Amino acid sequence: MANIVIDNIKKSFGAFQALKGVSLTINDGEFVSLLGPSGCGKTTLLRIIAGLETSTSGDVRIGEKSVIGLLPKDRGLAMVFQNYAVFPHMTVYENVAFGLRMQKADDARVKKQVEKAAGLLHIEPYLDRYPNKLSGGQRQRVAVARALAVEPGVLLMDEPLSNLDALLRLEMRTELKTVLQEAGTTTIYVTHDQTEAMGLSDRIAVVHDGRIEQVGTPVEVYNNPATRFVGGFIGNPPMNFITMPVTGGQVTAGAQQFAVPAQGGDIVLGLRGETVERAPTGHGLDMHVRVAEPMGSHLLLTGSILGQPARVILPATETVKNGETVGLTLDPRRLTWLSPESGVSYPAAA
Amino acid sequence: MSNSMNTSGPAGFISARRLLFWSGIVALCAWVLVPIYLVALGALGGRTGAYQWPKNFLPTNISLQPFLLFLKTEGVFQSFLNSLGAAGITVALSIALGAPAGYALARYNFRGKDSYRLLVLLTRAFPLAILALPLTVSYIRLGLYDTVLGVGLIHTVLALPFAALVTQGIFLGVPRELEEAAWVFGCTRIQAFFKVVAPLALPGLVATAVFAFVISWNEVFAASVLTVRHRTLTAYLLTVLSESPMHYRFAGGLMLILPSVVFIFAVRRYLFAIWGVSSK
Repeated sequence: MANIVIDNIKKSFGAFQALKGVSLTINDGEFVSLLGPSGCGKTTLLRIIAGLETSTSGDVRIGEKSVIGLLPKDRGLAMVFQNYAVFPHMTVYENVAFGLRMQKADDARVKKQVEKAAGLLHIEPYLDRYPNKLSGGQRQRVAVARALAVEPGVLLMDEPLSNLDALLRLEMRTELKTVLQEAGTTTIYVTHDQTEAMGLSDRIAVVHDGRIEQVGTPVEVYNNPATRFVGGFIGNPPMNFITMPVTGGQVTAGAQQFAVPAQGGDIVLGLRGETVERAPTGHGLDMHVRVAEPMGSHLLLTGSILGQPARVILPATETVKNGETVGLTLDPRRLTWLSPESGVSYPAAA
Repeated sequence: MSNSMNTSGPAGFISARRLLFWSGIVALCAWVLVPIYLVALGALGGRTGAYQWPKNFLPTNISLQPFLLFLKTEGVFQSFLNSLGAAGITVALSIALGAPAGYALARYNFRGKDSYRLLVLLTRAFPLAILALPLTVSYIRLGLYDTVLGVGLIHTVLALPFAALVTQGIFLGVPRELEEAAWVFGCTRIQAFFKVVAPLALPGLVATAVFAFVISWNEVFAASVLTVRHRTLTAYLLTVLSESPMHYRFAGGLMLILPSVVFIFAVRRYLFAIWGVSSK
């Protein structure tokens, strides 16, 4: 078990700056996701922590010890790769045992550890098989078992579920959470799938364009996005951004008025689609509905508010016709205000 | 009407496909096997068999006697051993030097990688005929002239570019992530190579070895120029057979063909497997 300190890591590939000074502290036993779109640098950061890539500058400390310059094998970590990277020329048993064999563990310990890891991931029936006889989900389990068998201080996972089909992904997600909670391993999990990150993590670090935009618990990141990017990236549908005029430190939406942290000019309202309630038109913001989609569990409305594109969610019991205009009441506790110039949100009102 | 069309259509298509498939196989096999068969017939049929016309396609009047007689001819067995020696040196050196080069090309990015690749190929651009004289002179000075080692070295030069480029493709076929997984789980670079990369690349490496062997085994020009008494089989047969009776020539031909065929047959599993190297 170990904590991880990432200190101002920079990485350039030629003229391209993949990481522009990333700092992050991960506590012992914590599960942190690096969440971001492809090409944002999250995998590069993970590979630098693993020692598979060198950083241009900065420091990585695992358990208070700097690991820069150490071989991957000397960093006390294990990794699950996106394509599983299960060795095709070894049986499942030997795959899971690989790390222990390299540590020169005796046969009894290897057997005990392999059986334990295999039991956690339900792969005991396949231990004698070769990976080419396994399905993608089973191979993924082997890859996780291989990582857990060495009881690593740190577990790194690089989009481990992205190659599985949707149903299997959901199943593996739940299972991963159970297994990792039991193991209590410090875990860094790279993903571009926000639902994975939300569901699994203690904290999420949202990575964008070589920087960490925000670090926080899933609920914090969801409710109080630090930047426009975070709000737009997390949540389905994404957060709505509506530019509104400010007069005397106040924004007026129909009959509702809100004190905002700006005196004049414009301000951007960050509005989560499911935080509104239906009201008579003119009470709050009016929405012109272009398409209404009854999704069963809820009603998804796509259209415009103040001439700006928006998506909101109403209870499934409401009925709205295409082309209709509906009134929406805003919940003042659940609004985010952002600067229109920088896209950074103002601190949430206490 | 349209119903019967629908049912007979696909069936007819499938049987036509099958016919094409098998006739293709038969044609390809015949392309390779018929000449070998005819050579064997000539070699084993003795003097009369070689000159007989029209050819009798059935193996009548066959005996190993003429072939054995040929083997006993002075120099044949020795040159056979020389050929094996030269080919062995070629295989060993081109794998020992070519595979690391191929690995480096596959895994590392370095300045001038593309020009290096081109340069490697360029070594094949010099016709041996032009190099023959200076090469002979240097070989005499170095004491390599008329030795099996000398021939092996020059054959290595011929096979090496090929070995480097082919092994590059083979190593590229071993997913990098497997190697990285090995590093993470406790291997140094070298351990990872021998524990993970080498076993997966083995079929391809064996195939490369076979090709190096065949290049050396079939090469005749350099071998003829650089040797006088210690000839390889090809060089020996080239000089001797023009004055030999027909069935001796056939016997020589068969002897040239057989080791390659046997060798390739022995490693055919690896040759097939070269296509199966994948992340699966």
